[in-house]
Amino acid sequence: MDIFVQQIINGLVLGSIYALVALGYTMVYGIMGLINFAHGEVVMIGAMVALFFVKAFSGLPVVILLPLALAAAVCVCMAIGFSIERIAYRPLRHAPKLAPLITAIGISIILQHLAMLIWGRNYHAFPPVIPVSAHEIFGATITSLQVFIVLIAAAMMAGLTLLIQRTRLGRAMRATSQNPAIAQLMGVNINQIISATFVIGSALAAVAGLMVSANYSIAHYYMGFMLGLKAFTAAVLGGIGNLAGAMLGGILLGIIESLGAGYIGDLTGGFLGSHYQDIFAFFVLIGVLIFRPSGLIGERVAERA
Amino acid sequence: MKPTLLIANAISKQFGGVKALTDVSLTIRKGEIYGLIGPNGAGKTTFFNVLTGLYHPNGGELLFEGYKLRASAPHLAAQSGIARTFQNIRLFSNMTALENVMVGRHVRTQAGVVGAVLRDPQTRREEADIHRRAEELLHYVGVADRANDLAKHLSYGDQRRLEIARALATEPKLLALDEPAAGMNASETAELRVLIEGIRNDGITVLLIEHDVKLVMGLCDRVAVLDYGVKICEDVPAVVQKNPKVIEAYLGGSVA
Amino acid sequence: MMTFSFDSLRQDKRAAIAATVGIGLVLAVFPFIVGSALGNSWLRILDFALLYIMLALGLNIVVGFAGLLDMGYIAFYAVGAYLYALLASPHFGLHLPVWIIIPCGAVLAGIAGALLGAPTLRLRGDYLAIVTLGFGEIVRIFMNNLNAPVNITNGPQGISSIDPIHLGGVTLAKPLSVLGITVPSLHAYYYLFLALALLIIFVSIRLQDSRIGRAWVAIREDEIAAKACGINTRNIKLLAFTMGASFGGVAGGLFAGFQGFVSPESFNLMESIMILCMVVLGGMGHIPGVILGGVMLTVLPEFFRHSAGPIQQALFGKILLDPEALRMLLFGLALVLVMLYRPAGLWPSTIRRREFSSGTDKEGA
Repeated sequence: MDIFVQQIINGLVLGSIYALVALGYTMVYGIMGLINFAHGEVVMIGAMVALFFVKAFSGLPVVILLPLALAAAVCVCMAIGFSIERIAYRPLRHAPKLAPLITAIGISIILQHLAMLIWGRNYHAFPPVIPVSAHEIFGATITSLQVFIVLIAAAMMAGLTLLIQRTRLGRAMRATSQNPAIAQLMGVNINQIISATFVIGSALAAVAGLMVSANYSIAHYYMGFMLGLKAFTAAVLGGIGNLAGAMLGGILLGIIESLGAGYIGDLTGGFLGSHYQDIFAFFVLIGVLIFRPSGLIGERVAERA
Repeated sequence: MKPTLLIANAISKQFGGVKALTDVSLTIRKGEIYGLIGPNGAGKTTFFNVLTGLYHPNGGELLFEGYKLRASAPHLAAQSGIARTFQNIRLFSNMTALENVMVGRHVRTQAGVVGAVLRDPQTRREEADIHRRAEELLHYVGVADRANDLAKHLSYGDQRRLEIARALATEPKLLALDEPAAGMNASETAELRVLIEGIRNDGITVLLIEHDVKLVMGLCDRVAVLDYGVKICEDVPAVVQKNPKVIEAYLGGSVA
Repeated sequence: MMTFSFDSLRQDKRAAIAATVGIGLVLAVFPFIVGSALGNSWLRILDFALLYIMLALGLNIVVGFAGLLDMGYIAFYAVGAYLYALLASPHFGLHLPVWIIIPCGAVLAGIAGALLGAPTLRLRGDYLAIVTLGFGEIVRIFMNNLNAPVNITNGPQGISSIDPIHLGGVTLAKPLSVLGITVPSLHAYYYLFLALALLIIFVSIRLQDSRIGRAWVAIREDEIAAKACGINTRNIKLLAFTMGASFGGVAGGLFAGFQGFVSPESFNLMESIMILCMVVLGGMGHIPGVILGGVMLTVLPEFFRHSAGPIQQALFGKILLDPEALRMLLFGLALVLVMLYRPAGLWPSTIRRREFSSGTDKEGA
């Protein structure tokens, strides 16, 4: 029972991070119909910048240090997100569908190896500047950091929802995602909206990056790849292009993975070990898509003639 | 009376809470040109999509030449002899006009992977037949001179005609045309009319959805009128024109 | 008039024969030129380029012709490679001949293609991409972990000491002596791979220009219209998955025999992405373009690998930047630049080149 609660807690933490990253994928997809393959690398850059900022100024008190590190990571990531769109996607808006996918892969490779050039190939440990206190609930442990991660992620998601639903910018974004041509006719500057989408998504990615590196105490130039993949899976699971879907998909995927890692051995009588954790996520995804081809709460697109 | 080709029996289709079709029954006879008209949103295209297997009806059945059509199996509908065009043209844009029509021959030909790779005499003969027939059809509809251009580069009117050629390539017994005259000018419409009459004279039954009332009334042997998903009338054009329900449906909604 | 056209026809035919003979000669002596000018490492790269051409052409059937975005294609390469490794190595003590294994690999990979394709038939575009990607990862993770409780794949260590390819009692692992000419092992593999690559090119061309090939393209262009034309899109899509996968299975078997070693690491997602890049960068759906893409993306990273260190050495007298990082950086840059300047690929088909953009999406009614 305590294992169950523990895995749920771990899953919730992991899921909150997935959800933040998944939002970045889903926003871009919703507006441009494009998989921003490089998004995972933006998370990695955010993690790296935050980690090295903390390393460099570790003398500062934590309450000042962490917000500053976060601000640095957010600024760098926003700049990168903005540039990616301008350089790699905007010129290809009317190109064949797979061309932007290839540039996205190219950008992803570039970012990864830029990080490798700047920060080297080694794993970097996150400095132990955050005082971590552990709490017991239902026989499981939850750290103050984990509580923080879940709370901040929830706040960010609430903020984003408000932004999309209540503001002028949000309305313009929704209009653009429905029909860019008409939105433009109504006076929406689509270029600005698309840039804003990338910038907002990248800011969320930066936050997620700091969370990952702080929670798992580690960062690496290659970490963005798998994380991005999982987050994208989460976005698809929920129904890509749908904000609530990304949040739901992220949290579900986190929990499924944790539970899978905890129980897969028992479930299969020891035949499959916990290294099958990654498979678990994909099996769930495939299962869901077979029955709901547009994701859990994705718009059902009937075949239209 | 001519023998029956298609019987639609109490076809219903809902989208969410919206009833697009309610118990629509109609009978199409061999060799006639049958018109399906009605105001915008009356359910004409929905009926087409049920007929050609794109939509699964919520109720009712279709009998084609006495056999029940399987629901939501478009390729089987084509195989049993129902071909269609689309309201907003759906060609294979990056294939040439000729290739578009050749795809239409798919359902009447057999060659598989082995034949394709080995190119045995039988496959070669079949390919030659496909090619020849596709060229004939391009001639027939009058776009032969554009045979090697990509479909997307054809003019609007040519694209409409090409779509008809592609549908004819499947050797249909029933050709269903979804607003073929939409966006055409008077002379193009006149040409289209000649084309449709020609198709009928070749023994193919035509089902026509059209907004151009003049075209429908002049061309069709019988006409059914849909309004809000319900068939309100089915008769020869002269009678339909005088039906008060039809007049109300057309004038009540909007001034057409 | 008659004689004139007859003559020109004969001239055309003669030109075609001359061109074929010329290209044949170049291809025949090519490994000797590469081997003596650039050394054995480039000869190996040449052999790999041929394998990648086979893979790219296989994926081209799925992505280029049928328009199904498959991001787990490497799984079929893995199936072929592992089949060879299991049937011709000390691992199970089996040593079956290559002419049995390779066709079996093609069939098994084809079946795997159909099995993995079947659940994805209802999915479109990007959903298909992520599911195929998931399948690719699942296959790799299984290979990584199927060493317990029963040791099938030997896990992350992979399978080594795989038999080199034998043809009729002759092994390609040692230099051959043909008519007094000594043919080194890498050259012999080159000729074998070339023969199979040509076969796959031939099959691709024949398929493209056939009833099946047209049906694939029709599905890519407009699935609903394809259905309305009587195409059984389910079967035709499965056929594309099967054919594409079987090419991958053949290449995988050859890879195992050539390399003598397989491990799950050779079949990661990056490899799938690489092959997809070959197809798109070369010119989707256009066979010569895809071949070019395969060659380019095999040679380019190797070129950067061989030059990233020495050029820095020459310019600055020391190595300032990690050559591996620099090489991939340049590679990423090349991908982006090619796509920005040639969005339809380096060598798209002539009709499509005239206007690459397919315009705006058609809206449903």
